[in-house]
Amino acid sequence: MLEHTQLTDKELNDELLRDILTMPKWWLPAVLFLAAIVITGYSAFGYMVFNGLGVTGLNRPVFWGFFIANFVFWIGISHAGIMISAILRLTQAEWRRPITRAAEVMTLFSLAAALHTPLFHVGRPWRVFYWIFPYDFSRGIWPNVKSPFVWDPSAVGTYLIASTLFVIVCLIPDLAILRDRAKNKITKFIYAQLCLGFRGTTRQWKLQIVAGILLSALVLPIFVSVHTVVSWDFAVLIGTEGWRSTIFGPYFIIGAVHSGVSAVAMLMALSVWIYGLQNYIKPDHFDAIARLLIVVATTWFFFFFLEWVWAMFTLESPEIALRELQVGPWPWGPLFLIFVITSFVIPVPLWMFRRFRRSAAIMFFTTILVNIGMWLERFLIVIPSLMRRSHLTFDWGSYSPSLIEILIVTETFAFVALGMLLFAKAFPLVPIFDMKEGMRNRHLIKVGRRVIPATIREGLPHHYYNKEHH
Amino acid sequence: MAKRSVLGLYIEEDSAADALDHLRDAGFEDHEYEILTGTPYPEGTFGEAEPQHHLYRWPIFGALTGFTISLFYTSITQAAYPLLTGGKPVLAIPAMLVILYELTMLGAVIFTIIGIIFESRLPRFFMGAYSEKITEGYIGVTVTTDEDRTDKAEEALKKAGIDGEIIRGWE
Repeated sequence: MLEHTQLTDKELNDELLRDILTMPKWWLPAVLFLAAIVITGYSAFGYMVFNGLGVTGLNRPVFWGFFIANFVFWIGISHAGIMISAILRLTQAEWRRPITRAAEVMTLFSLAAALHTPLFHVGRPWRVFYWIFPYDFSRGIWPNVKSPFVWDPSAVGTYLIASTLFVIVCLIPDLAILRDRAKNKITKFIYAQLCLGFRGTTRQWKLQIVAGILLSALVLPIFVSVHTVVSWDFAVLIGTEGWRSTIFGPYFIIGAVHSGVSAVAMLMALSVWIYGLQNYIKPDHFDAIARLLIVVATTWFFFFFLEWVWAMFTLESPEIALRELQVGPWPWGPLFLIFVITSFVIPVPLWMFRRFRRSAAIMFFTTILVNIGMWLERFLIVIPSLMRRSHLTFDWGSYSPSLIEILIVTETFAFVALGMLLFAKAFPLVPIFDMKEGMRNRHLIKVGRRVIPATIREGLPHHYYNKEHH
Repeated sequence: MAKRSVLGLYIEEDSAADALDHLRDAGFEDHEYEILTGTPYPEGTFGEAEPQHHLYRWPIFGALTGFTISLFYTSITQAAYPLLTGGKPVLAIPAMLVILYELTMLGAVIFTIIGIIFESRLPRFFMGAYSEKITEGYIGVTVTTDEDRTDKAEEALKKAGIDGEIIRGWE
């Protein structure tokens, strides 16, 4: 990281808490607009509950549609937040500091959005609970743990609880800063309760650092398992071509990382534009995440290619028929083309150029493209596999989403944006204590005729160095 | 005897380290004083003792608890509603493994969080001697001791050149 802005602790507090302690003009209209979309989505859901699932486009043989494609999409987005944060923490990458919090929070809201759609999809969400929790004593109905629909909530639920706790623990020192800076007595009292009386003792900081590493190490295996289990919702259904693939676990994970890391890059650009974080998120940060994206996108493309190769290699006529359907007739063929172009063909070559990697606008544009493509990928996995022509002609059918489904799916996007805006109004989107630590440990050093910022990091416990010296 | 706490604020790391030396010279023990900072410093920056903790035990207990609960959940529910599928055993171990894994990890995470809060000595209901300047970059050295020894503590803190006045608080 060659570029940096050196600020004092007070300046950091003032800059990063500005939008929390004061009300930006754009905030309320933005919140009201997003809230209106969310309310419209919930109203559509209410209409669906009242009238039944017939108001959706779901019908034999396509019983999984927009809702499930959207569920997989949001689970994918949720993956990068914690993954980026955990991996960068474990590897002590300096460029993580300004982006970890926003990425982690995005995980929380996208997981919550992901949970919306399968709950809506079942039509009667309250009945889902006895699929999962063993409480229906009177009727003697217990969860069927052999079903992937029990594995799935256990994996997603674990990930949601773990990520929420991870965010809360890492937020405690910043809540203490807010407690000290809040002017209003009630706000001060609330932050004082939330930070649990954190004072910044040596013990508390040590535990914070150990917690960051330990929780990262615990969350990463959960992260890997979640999308694998989500992929098994499809892959264990042995009767459906296109789904019964042994590669689905890693393919879904890398797809999730691709769309998720892209979403983080998109969020970085939005943070710079909306919250004026250009002192913290520099072109160097965009450069770093774009390099990561090149690796991720290429790996994802390799898995995508393998999935196709092994499917075609079987030379089984139903499998070939499905692939022909995915790439051929309207609308699947054009959608497939858009998916490949937006998720790989346009962005990756652009990321090869340093100038584009360092541009917030180009990164925003390309990562939006990736996420359009990755949404389509999930749509193309779910629908054509189900609608492929079966032996019995009365089972032939296609799928097009109804207005109700479109409104509910749109609601999930507004829900995540609204959640992020509300979070950023109450809590700092950049981890302030982490930024302060980074700035304190950074000094300008002279190398030949250049002066460059160098970061000093404690590599080993201090007693190790003491032993060396004495 | 009632405990009281006093706090001295310093701008430089060296001054805070000197304050700790003076406190030790004045007969104060490690558990009586603490460094308060707004950001983590490398261990031993102020010559303080390395804090000991047992956080690594918490995820192990949590994992064991999660595993036990998930074992009961998966086996008892299957035994209570036996679904014979294709002549396979009622207790389907591969299917159980998924839930066993997830709930084991969940137990580990939840216990780690409880461990972090417990080992950090949180929640703390009374702040004692504290200043909001600490989150602005000042380094605080706080001494919590018997009421009759606070003068001695104040003297040691002042000797290192505090910024402003001594801050006093009740424990």
